[in-house]
Amino acid sequence: MNKRSSWALPYFIFLVLFVVLPLLLIVMYALQDGSGHFTLRNITKFFSDKDALSTFALSIEVAIENTLLCVLIGYPAAYILADNKLNRSAVTVVLFILPMWINALMRTLATAELFNMAGIPLGKGTLLFGMCYDYLPFMIYPIYNQLKKMDPSYAEAAQDLGATPVQVFRKVTLPLSMPGVWSGVMMVFMPTVSTFAISEFLTNNKIKLFGTIIQENINNSMWNYGAALSLIMLVIIGITTFLQGGDQQEEVSGGLI
Amino acid sequence: MKGKRIIAKAYLWLVLLVLYAPIAFIVIFSFTEAKSLGNWTGFSTQLYQNLFNGSMQNASGLLSAVKNTLLIALVASTVATLLGTVAAIGIYHLRGRKRGVMTFLNNIPMINPDIITGVSLFLLFVFLGVSQGYLTVILAHITFCTPYVVLNVMPKLRQMNPNIYEAALDLGATPRQALRKVLVPALRPGMVSGFILAFTMSLDDFAVTFFTRGTIGLDTLSTYIYADARKGGLTPELKPLMSIIFLIILVVLLVINIRQSKQQQTKS
Repeated sequence: MNKRSSWALPYFIFLVLFVVLPLLLIVMYALQDGSGHFTLRNITKFFSDKDALSTFALSIEVAIENTLLCVLIGYPAAYILADNKLNRSAVTVVLFILPMWINALMRTLATAELFNMAGIPLGKGTLLFGMCYDYLPFMIYPIYNQLKKMDPSYAEAAQDLGATPVQVFRKVTLPLSMPGVWSGVMMVFMPTVSTFAISEFLTNNKIKLFGTIIQENINNSMWNYGAALSLIMLVIIGITTFLQGGDQQEEVSGGLI
Repeated sequence: MKGKRIIAKAYLWLVLLVLYAPIAFIVIFSFTEAKSLGNWTGFSTQLYQNLFNGSMQNASGLLSAVKNTLLIALVASTVATLLGTVAAIGIYHLRGRKRGVMTFLNNIPMINPDIITGVSLFLLFVFLGVSQGYLTVILAHITFCTPYVVLNVMPKLRQMNPNIYEAALDLGATPRQALRKVLVPALRPGMVSGFILAFTMSLDDFAVTFFTRGTIGLDTLSTYIYADARKGGLTPELKPLMSIIFLIILVVLLVINIRQSKQQQTKS
């Protein structure tokens, strides 16, 4: 038995080389100037760069709004999908996760064209709509999975003990489905902050999100500043993961299909 | 109850309608000749013909982008499936802190947004002085695909009776035979779903490819679309191409899921 645990070794080496080392390199490049000397200038540059700061604030704002929107629209959908009495068809579930498999850029372009054809000017409203449209399946799926895994006897017990349907939902179903909501939030929030192409398409380059700034810096060979901006994102990821209490991850079972 | 069901159904269909409107839009406008999306100039299958006989602007560019996308996805998801399955077996037999470390490391690529994965790997290849191209893109795709294979194989290991592998050995099977006849068949469903997930994620990727493809002019479908859209005019033949891809994915997913739910029904 023990010998087979060594089968994890190749992957361990792979992870160190392609995951850990690259992340350390972000930190290293962020704390260096162009000629490789230690400096904090890249970090302080961000905090004194008004454009970058306002883009950052806007990205967080859009990401929060988008995440809320996805929860508000996605939770009821997931709830209905997971309820045997309300939905019996497996096909509907597939239809909801299917858009995840279609090229996001193409879908986004089509959304932008739809707005154009309807005569709706591209701006923050269309950005939010398009983002929500892109990420909704990523919110619905984990919530659906969590609700599906839930033992229905809890809700039944609450009902037998005299809880009204609203109380059953608030005190039993909702708390038990929170892990799913949290994974959904993780799958929506961080990607929203960091997308670059999607926001460009949906606003005709009028609104930049944080990802666009990182991309521009890296592409213009400003690696150190780009790395510093990435580091700031990494810190936020660390904080959100920590707040979420990352230890439930191992229980994620099965794939998306 | 009945009224509730109608409201619930109506809600689902409304959300689906919005979700599919842009996709339907692409499919509908793939059947007209107009250059720009949203411009209807009568029914025509001209774009499909152009796509198949290659008589369009920059045909070789689009064609090689499709080829690259498929090739990269195939290689990356195959390697990811092998690496991830072996890793899952190893992690499953680890205990305590080592297992915790592996699980944590395995989670990082899934939590990281694409852009962080892309930028960090870009810096790695710059740091190591590796010239970027097919190899770096494939390595990058393996990096973000493998964790999903591990996650898909893990539940199958848990469901498996650990004694049957040992039993096969006791009954005189060589470790290789036991692996081929016992372990792989038991893990196959997880490997298959892991492979499909890895394949589709690789197909869909934009950001990671964008940062690791270097400057040799390597394009996948995503980077091709991005460059195309930035230039202003989207190649019209992309519409029929996307419609075809959409149809294939729809059929594959429906078949897999209907088969799965039938299996579950016969089991229960």
